Amino acid sequence: MTAAAIPSTTRATAGERPKPQRWDPGIAWRTVLLHVVLAAIAGLAVAPLAWMVSASLMPAGSATTYPPPLLPHPVTWANYHELFAHLDLAHELRNSALVAGLITVSSLLFNSMAGYAFAKFQFPARDRLFRLVLLGLFIPPQVAMLPLFILLRELHLVNSFAGVVLPSMATVFGTFLVRQYVLGIPDELLDAARVDGAGEFRIYWSIVLPLCAPVLVTLAVFVFMSAWNDFMWPLVVLTDSAKYTLPVGLANLSREHVQDTELMMAASVVTLLPVLLLFISLQRYYIRGITMGGVKG
Amino acid sequence: MSQDGIIRGDAGGRAARRAAFVFLAPGLVLIAVTFLLPAVASFVLSLTDFDIYAVADPSNARIIWLRNYAALARTPMFWIALRNTLYFVLAGGPISVIVSLGVAVLLESELVRWRVFFRTVYFAPVVTTLVAVAVVWKYLYDPRYGLLNAGLHALGLPSVDWLGSTVWAMPSIILMTVWKGFGYNMIIFMAGLQAVPGDLYDAARVDGAGAWQRFWHVTMPTLAPTFLFVSITTMIGFLQLFSEPYVMTQGGPLHATLSVALYMFTEGFESWHVGMGAAIAFVLFALTLIGALVQLRLRPKGTEGGA
Amino acid sequence: MAAAGCGNGGTHGATPVTLRFWAFGREGEVVQALIPGFERAHPGIRVRVQQIPFTAAHEKLLTSVVGRATPDIAQLGNTWVPELVALRALVPLDSMLARSRAITRDDYFEGIWATNVLDGTTWGIPWYVDTRVIFYRSDLLKSAGFPAPPRTWSQWRDAMIRVRAQSGGHHYGILLPVNEWAQPVILGLSMGAPLLRDADTYGDFSDPRFQAAFAFYVGLFRDSLAEPVSNVQVANLYQSFGEAEFAMFISGPWDVGECLRRLPPSLQGRWATAPMPAPDAEAAADTTAPGVSLAGGSSLVVFKGSPYPDSAWAFIEYLSDPEREARFYALSGDLPPRRSGWNDSALAHNTYARAFRQQLQFVRATPKIPEWDEITTLLADQSEAAVRGGVVPDSALAVLDREVDGALEKRRWLRARDRAVAAAP
Repeated sequence: MTAAAIPSTTRATAGERPKPQRWDPGIAWRTVLLHVVLAAIAGLAVAPLAWMVSASLMPAGSATTYPPPLLPHPVTWANYHELFAHLDLAHELRNSALVAGLITVSSLLFNSMAGYAFAKFQFPARDRLFRLVLLGLFIPPQVAMLPLFILLRELHLVNSFAGVVLPSMATVFGTFLVRQYVLGIPDELLDAARVDGAGEFRIYWSIVLPLCAPVLVTLAVFVFMSAWNDFMWPLVVLTDSAKYTLPVGLANLSREHVQDTELMMAASVVTLLPVLLLFISLQRYYIRGITMGGVKG
Repeated sequence: MSQDGIIRGDAGGRAARRAAFVFLAPGLVLIAVTFLLPAVASFVLSLTDFDIYAVADPSNARIIWLRNYAALARTPMFWIALRNTLYFVLAGGPISVIVSLGVAVLLESELVRWRVFFRTVYFAPVVTTLVAVAVVWKYLYDPRYGLLNAGLHALGLPSVDWLGSTVWAMPSIILMTVWKGFGYNMIIFMAGLQAVPGDLYDAARVDGAGAWQRFWHVTMPTLAPTFLFVSITTMIGFLQLFSEPYVMTQGGPLHATLSVALYMFTEGFESWHVGMGAAIAFVLFALTLIGALVQLRLRPKGTEGGA
Repeated sequence: MAAAGCGNGGTHGATPVTLRFWAFGREGEVVQALIPGFERAHPGIRVRVQQIPFTAAHEKLLTSVVGRATPDIAQLGNTWVPELVALRALVPLDSMLARSRAITRDDYFEGIWATNVLDGTTWGIPWYVDTRVIFYRSDLLKSAGFPAPPRTWSQWRDAMIRVRAQSGGHHYGILLPVNEWAQPVILGLSMGAPLLRDADTYGDFSDPRFQAAFAFYVGLFRDSLAEPVSNVQVANLYQSFGEAEFAMFISGPWDVGECLRRLPPSLQGRWATAPMPAPDAEAAADTTAPGVSLAGGSSLVVFKGSPYPDSAWAFIEYLSDPEREARFYALSGDLPPRRSGWNDSALAHNTYARAFRQQLQFVRATPKIPEWDEITTLLADQSEAAVRGGVVPDSALAVLDREVDGALEKRRWLRARDRAVAAAP
């Protein structure tokens, strides 16, 4: 694993992408064809989500008619009203935000500390330890679930938000991501600070963290979305419906209200909207996180 | 400790070790306690017959060594789950990777305008909550009122009982998974494609190579490490198939979509055959490891040292 | 941490008590209508109902027990009671029963009550019952020479043969989905077969009584009186019943409402319910008794971790009142477990419910052990193997016994170990 230079915010290009030299009808045709294909793919990518939004605004029962309608006639907000007034979705929304928020904050702290240590501190067996930790990437999370649940029970953390948050507070991937990034920080910067008498924690807090801002934002976006979308663990840990996060509540709802298509679509919209908005506004960071984890690994 | 008593960033020494310990401890302790140790405990549990009686009183558990694994080998349900999971991985995996690569190639073309817009749209399904998406697709797949069958009808084709037919249930899940995930690997491929040196393409063009040949002889070899990475990570993710069958089919119809992870969930959390559930989870882990090793072994020459 | 003041609730307590009650499926929805009445009668106690889908109920219950995050009260399918008792999750109710005037054991159908008693201790109070009876096309049977439903197995077979003959061999006498365990077990119970032996530690499906019942069952398929289909192959039960593809099927109270709703108006009045027929030997002894059927239904239980067992009991007493049960029946269609609950006029005049009323006096519990669920799966598999013709019935039962013995090995080991511990000086 080579040390990466601090990634710039522009795409790294090893070679220039050649620009078309002159107007050429062949190129024009190919361009049009290409964009038609791309537009078709975009349509396919968006269609289910678009139908979901459309169906969520339909009156109850109208989505299950044949032929299935594409647009609501008339548009109604009744499904959303039902979700928030009678089905506790506001509660679940709040729970999801709380859980995802807690996980994100703690993840930022612990992963950055550990990643920094792996990158910049010298201690015996450091690299061996790091490789051992990386091995965890191969272990499916399901393997740990049963004993972890029993451990939580001993700690009286079943059916608590702490129980949901705990396993996600520090992760192998997050540590890895930070370490790769921090490797690119020049040692001289840190040594200079030490010569000036700064304590280790001060160095971490005032120098390393600010320099890490890009990877931290990436990590935060990544972790928040992953925590928001998490399903299996909250399903197992939370038994009290008042504590359900959105995915768990949604799965529950879908078994009870399997007939109420429009209602289920509205619930899905509520579940998806926050992460979609977050993604659209911060996609640059999220996508960079993937490439950093992937290509430069 | 160096001469002037200062800890240097990459020097050794007691103080450095102490600092490292403080920084590492919270994260590593959490990872160890919530992940690595339970994984080891899982292996130990898989050697016992820990079940509902043992949950009430741990002394009710006995060590039975490899009997759980032997029993699994004799259980038809396990082989069904294994078959389904391998079907999902071996059919869905390549499809997903190829679609991602294809779209990445299209999007990296020099002729593309509004690249960021398309990239955003293609990536949007990736960030969506799986449970929500599964609920939506369940309705899209409805045999009578779903959009997919309505579309088939419009084309004059007969309806398909997507989630109710033992033949079509897994392909339906594969289709949804490809839709949801192709953007992710597409991004990785795009980054990999950007790393292909432009002069290689020029040289190939000068030699008279057509588009397909350029792709096969210039792009693919350079992309090989990325391809390997994508294929391993996709395989790891696909092996863990759980939420889709849980929400959409509950493993049905007639266990056609029962995956190993779902089987582990039902054995472990519904029947509380904990020892057995742990054994199943371990089999999943072994599959992951074997799959990764096989792919690493099979990679073409020239990608050594990569990934 | 029990509620202060009078032993039966928070009326004199300082802080309001909130009981958490888990209910499943449709029952979870409709029971909410009964809560306000309870809260008015017991100011200081509130009840919060958590509704859980049936398909997730078992998993949620067990997970909550393991995780020590149980509610105060829950609805529990009575076949799940042994599991929770083995987990030591429930509060024994005998002492509260002894003091109670609202709940009297004699008023309940004996077979149903027995499902909640293990080793002499009462763990749950029946909330609603179900059992299985025959649903049949009265018009088809009438034209086949059976104005009254069959009362013995030989009459039953006879009716099926005639119905099939009169359709020219196109239709079947009865629908018996081959992947279900309930039908062979019901027939076995009617023959008096024990199903398991030696304190439920070994399979006893090779007992001659079960063999005879199973032979009768498999014979129906062999003689083409029933079609070897699984329950997922029956696309629409009610449509097929309406179109006379089969003249009879075995089911529970929920299908009364379903048939009323889904069968076309022309078919109403041409179908009816009847108790299970009795094997000939039994019928010879007592011509009025029907065959034995399953003792199903749900009970109300109190969890050990509950801080308010007395308030929980008050709530159970409230729901067990015959008037409330009658109201619950009106809302859900679930049958009351108490004889006095049946005096409600709606039920008393319901012609379809009569068969259930009669059957409920002749129900028997299946073995009350946690492994029973697993055993039913093994039974369904072997039964299907015998029906589809690959395996001789008695061999299938022998294989079943071996498999059941395997499933019960842990139970035997635990009993042997506990006996050794008890016998140690």
